[in-house]
Amino acid sequence: MTTGARATPTDPTPAPTGSARRRVAAALQRRPRLRLGLLLAGPAGWLVIAYLGSLAVLFLNAGWSRDPFTGLVHREWTLANFGQLVTNPIYRTVALRTVGMAIAVTVTCALLSFPVAYYMARVASPRVRGLLVVAVLMPLWSSYLIKAYSWRQILSNDGVLNWALSPLGIHGPGLNEVGLWLVLTYLWLPYMILPVFAGLERIPTSLLEASADLGGRGLMTFRRVTLPLVFPALVAGSIFTFSLTLGDYIAPSLITTTQFIGNVILANFGVPNLPLAAALSLVPLVIVTIYLLIARRLGAFEAL
Amino acid sequence: MHHRRILAAVAITAIVVSACSGGSSAAPTTGASQPPASQSAASQPASQAAASPSVNLPTSVGAGEGALTVLAWPGYAENGSTDPKVNWVKPFEDQTGCKTSVQVFGTSDEAFSLFTTNPDKFDVISASGDASLRLVRAGYVQPVNVDLVKNYADIFPALKDRPYNTVGGVHYGIPHGRGSNLLMWRTDVVKPDPTSWTDMFDPSKPWSGKVSVYNAPIYIADAAVVLMKTKPELNIKNPYALDDTQFQAVTDLLRQQKPMIGQYWTDYALQQQAFSKGDAVIGTTWQVITNLLQAETPPAPVKVIKPAEGATGWSDTWMINSKTKHLNCAYKWLDYIVSPSVNAQVASWFGEAPGNSKACALTPADQANCDVFYAADEAFWQNIWYWQTPEATCVDGRTDVQCKDFDAWSQAWTDIKG
Repeated sequence: MTTGARATPTDPTPAPTGSARRRVAAALQRRPRLRLGLLLAGPAGWLVIAYLGSLAVLFLNAGWSRDPFTGLVHREWTLANFGQLVTNPIYRTVALRTVGMAIAVTVTCALLSFPVAYYMARVASPRVRGLLVVAVLMPLWSSYLIKAYSWRQILSNDGVLNWALSPLGIHGPGLNEVGLWLVLTYLWLPYMILPVFAGLERIPTSLLEASADLGGRGLMTFRRVTLPLVFPALVAGSIFTFSLTLGDYIAPSLITTTQFIGNVILANFGVPNLPLAAALSLVPLVIVTIYLLIARRLGAFEAL
Repeated sequence: MHHRRILAAVAITAIVVSACSGGSSAAPTTGASQPPASQSAASQPASQAAASPSVNLPTSVGAGEGALTVLAWPGYAENGSTDPKVNWVKPFEDQTGCKTSVQVFGTSDEAFSLFTTNPDKFDVISASGDASLRLVRAGYVQPVNVDLVKNYADIFPALKDRPYNTVGGVHYGIPHGRGSNLLMWRTDVVKPDPTSWTDMFDPSKPWSGKVSVYNAPIYIADAAVVLMKTKPELNIKNPYALDDTQFQAVTDLLRQQKPMIGQYWTDYALQQQAFSKGDAVIGTTWQVITNLLQAETPPAPVKVIKPAEGATGWSDTWMINSKTKHLNCAYKWLDYIVSPSVNAQVASWFGEAPGNSKACALTPADQANCDVFYAADEAFWQNIWYWQTPEATCVDGRTDVQCKDFDAWSQAWTDIKG
């Protein structure tokens, strides 16, 4: 495409124009690393300021003390907020309960997503596959709040679920932890299906054929070939389902009377006890960090 | 290697920038401890404010600034968004030219939190007693020249000069109205009709699991009201002044109630839905929620009473932000919202006793509302305990013991919910 008459991009002597713009352009031209640095400064700055910066502020806030009457923050350092997290057993109970729910939801999502993703990736015709991808993505088009409120209606005493089950003489789970487990599984399922689908699609057919040629039956092939290859994708999906459950407080407060970490943070925001809320916010942060470290060891980041 | 060093430099710069900006973004929450000089009078401890009642009060109300932001209990500043026919914000805008936006809150704590974390946002607030004194002490609201609020003269004397709206002789707002938390139940499930709160505290009742409870630490006082009646030996004189023994008994009662609870509510639409769908069949409520349920088609079968042992309640005050940029609009709002006809509308819509004594005589319907809520009957209010913030210095005047302060209450509330 380059013609002989044009200056090549690396030409160190641009046409003398005298305009400042040209000079800057020329200077940048000579310094590719500066160019790259400026290009990345925006997004990297955003990442650092908006994400890490807010975490730093959170951490700082967890160290302030407060006025016992108004609840307003004094800028005096204290470790009392962290001390409260450790000494009061309620926070341990709530944290363990939240992690338990996150694990339950993640495992359920994994079990449900696998057959769907397998069908999409391996069995369905391209046309059906396209339709299924749309079907999986469809719930993400509507607001989280609408879905959570709808589930409240579905699960409530006079709701559609109990109505549908009444001919069988049974009751739905109702508005409690079991109901919440259903709702969260429904909410986060697409985030599990998509990575697993992508992971399954990446497995070369030749490997499955090779397994069959070597006498591997369906179950054996699944256990020895498919599952190990798709496992990182499952872990990748579980990052979403786990961390989304860990941080959620709206669905829990709509569906149950049980407190999860998010609810306790919100309650302390209301008191207002912002330092304790900040200290509490660090709990899911630590849990997710540990989870991500484990996920990395399991190869989830290569599967994303 | 070189460009990695550049990236590192960029990252370090960004961290420094974010640390600086972090400091200033944290300021709104912490700023209250160092209020600007203009509001220093208000931010003094109560005792010092008492020494200087000659704070800088406005002397006249000029033309409106064209805008007003209201933080209010739901039902206090209706602008047609709940029911197109219920709108007293629009006439205010037409009269004054103050374009009014309204945000509602579900608990006093939420109100306090919203107001203090956005110190410039809200011009006026409808504060109950458990938020108003905190706002005064923290310096977020300014003294009000009641002479500039024409309708102040007609406010029931029983609502004026109360500890939650007047500190050291300085008025911090205009009383708006008062009401009582009520006991509501579904008549198709809860039989016979309850007369006492104890029906919400007995796990052997068949409606166990379907009790709806107000989700705020201040609800602890509701259990204290019950114990004032059922356990006189505890000698609780004021449900907001609980010493260690009393507090233990109250929280034990609430722990016993916990398995009965089917819903914690702060959003009144959610409580309405729960009663409508049968997820809740008995609970603590506000009259407005009962009214909305009875207005459904078909009407939900609910009844409501103030139980025999008395109840917690509220006495609300309209207050002005000490940092408001719309002071004239704020004064116009205070005068408008407690004017007889508007005060009557609010009172009958929300279901409470109006603060303005002339709000009762306007129409037979208004008079009926005032009769239902005993607006002028002081005897009725004897066993209603208006929300107030618990303090370590017992609010019932005891000096020989320390009471549990609000921090202890909110901590206990988290513990009780489990």
